[in-house]
Amino acid sequence: MSDRSLAGRRRWRVVSTVLPGLPQVLMGRWGAGWTVLLTWLGCLWVVMAHYERVVGALGGGWDQNLALGTLVVSLTLAWTWSWRDVSGSDESKDVGVSQWDLAVRAFSKNRTAVVGLIVIIGLYLVALLTPLLAPYDPTFQGDLITERYVGLSATHPLGTDNYARDVLSRLLYGARISLAIGFVAVSISVSVGTLLGAVAGFMGGIVDAMIMRFVDIVISFPRLVLLITIIGLFGSSIFMIVAVLGLTLWPGTARIVRGEVLSLREREFIQAATALGYSKRRIILRHLIPNALGPVIVAATLGIGNTIVLEAGLSFLGLGVQPPTPSWGTMVAVGRDDLLGAWWLSTFPGLAIVFTVLSFNLVGDGLRDALDPRLRT
Amino acid sequence: MTRYIIRRLLSAIPLVLGIATIVFFAVNLAPGDPTLYFLSPGMTQDVIEQMRVNFGLDQPVHVRYLRWLGAMLTGDFGYSISHSRPVLEVLMDFLPNTLVLSACALFVAFLFGIIIGTIQAVRQYSVMDSSMSVVLLFFYSMPSFWLALMLILTLSLFARNVWDLPIWFPASGIVSVDYDFLTLSEKVRDRVMHLVLPTLSLALVLTAGIARYMRGSMLEVIRQDYIRTAKAKGLSEAVVVFKHALRNALIPVITLVGLYIPVLFSGTIFIETIFAWPGMGRTIYDAIFIRDYPLVMAGTFFFAIMVVVANLIADVLYAVIDPRIRYE
Repeated sequence: MSDRSLAGRRRWRVVSTVLPGLPQVLMGRWGAGWTVLLTWLGCLWVVMAHYERVVGALGGGWDQNLALGTLVVSLTLAWTWSWRDVSGSDESKDVGVSQWDLAVRAFSKNRTAVVGLIVIIGLYLVALLTPLLAPYDPTFQGDLITERYVGLSATHPLGTDNYARDVLSRLLYGARISLAIGFVAVSISVSVGTLLGAVAGFMGGIVDAMIMRFVDIVISFPRLVLLITIIGLFGSSIFMIVAVLGLTLWPGTARIVRGEVLSLREREFIQAATALGYSKRRIILRHLIPNALGPVIVAATLGIGNTIVLEAGLSFLGLGVQPPTPSWGTMVAVGRDDLLGAWWLSTFPGLAIVFTVLSFNLVGDGLRDALDPRLRT
Repeated sequence: MTRYIIRRLLSAIPLVLGIATIVFFAVNLAPGDPTLYFLSPGMTQDVIEQMRVNFGLDQPVHVRYLRWLGAMLTGDFGYSISHSRPVLEVLMDFLPNTLVLSACALFVAFLFGIIIGTIQAVRQYSVMDSSMSVVLLFFYSMPSFWLALMLILTLSLFARNVWDLPIWFPASGIVSVDYDFLTLSEKVRDRVMHLVLPTLSLALVLTAGIARYMRGSMLEVIRQDYIRTAKAKGLSEAVVVFKHALRNALIPVITLVGLYIPVLFSGTIFIETIFAWPGMGRTIYDAIFIRDYPLVMAGTFFFAIMVVVANLIADVLYAVIDPRIRYE
């Protein structure tokens, strides 16, 4: 990269000021470049197209302030990242390439995975910016006689539902529920699973046997049967759903981590740590878990997609998020009542689920290839 | 081999015990009880108490727990409160329907999955391979309940009412209303037609996973020396792939049976609810809301046991089919 002269760098800086991300796209690092560029353009579009709403959000409720905050933060982040990247020194680039750097490079080469990642970032941005984007309030009911089951039109791009509510707005607000529940539930399950798996693998003996037998038992249940039994009997609330989803997914993670730890345990660096007299807690938390993290990250990414489908399923059965809070699963269920007359009601929330889960699966696959050195080319 | 099977069977016993325990406590620690189902405004406290005695709900938890464990051994799962019949009888009414549906779905899923995966592996990196991968991943990411609705919408409702297609599939139930008046061949046709949509909605999601796995497994096999030898002998590609490679490529796919059975059973809850299919999944789902504890417990327990059995069978099959694997 020595051909980048000072003059060239200045030119990139000018480009970066107006369109951050574009220099990176043109220089061939299109994964990071497009992410930043699209974030920048998207946020600017929101500011310009919904100017009054952005200004009005200043004195609004917490979610409007959250949206405003997201807007400011992502604009700043995109701009400063690109600026620093363009004007940063070239020398330090190739020194000290870590495993993570290698993984990032391998991941960036995988085009479909990068597209998936961009879609996911876009989804989270949309979820956070919803109050500024949605054409209507998600619970706002139009005239029940004239505006019920209106098909696709200019005023309602995705039609209206049985209570004359705008489907597009509900779809946008529904993204929040799905993405938030997916993220939180998987965080819970990954933390619990990693910890228990590592403990089981490292300790061995009776502790291992107890934990893994419990894992076997939980895995033996068809997950949805267990979920509807618990949620159906204990009652449904967002807290309950997140807790139950999180606490039924961890056995899978625990199995993966245990397997990793079993092989790591015999390696020299763990022996060295033991010889140095480190406590078991320290060895598990500082030495074993970080090294077993690769497959966990993959499992977590795929798990988010899986959890979003399950949450939608629970909502579809009426056990998930309770109306009138919009949720993709509930919206699909509403469409069941008049499938032929109002086909758009079930179709679009379902497509939203499919594309969200698809993105998570693409990223998960990409991460699997990137994080496993054996698969790297 | 016999020793391996026996050991595997013995190891399932604590598993079954654990499953029974979790089912019991998940159901019995929940607030509310079955008497709510019979509650009416004019009822006195005495009647409710008497009802609790009749259902055995007045006993302390540990007594009920032991009684539940005993029930498993004797096969007496008590009385279903909502159906007013022995639980076992109720389950035996619905179990065959679920099994037929699951078996059809499993068969279709593996058939399609194996064929598609093989084609992809043989034509690796071709346009067909990559386009199939995209389509499969699309189905893989699909919730089965949405797929079911979309299939109803296109192959049943639109096909019949809007597009006037010559063939459309019924979207609910297990047989038509006039089933009893049909001739034998018409009866068979009627049943098959009713099976198509539920089977497809369950199977397509699984097919994607199986095909992905099959592709990987096949790729590994066709790179081996004996395949090159077979090709060098001058055998046609079809013979090499389907006679030599397929056998070995199928071995790891067997483990998927054990893995996908729970997914399949989870799916039946949606599919049976959507298609009004009188099966176990829908029965449990309905029973939960009426708080029919004996039925919920027995149903959930049955589902878990079937998973355990499926895993056992898959493990044993795996050991039988692949002589390279020794279990000691």
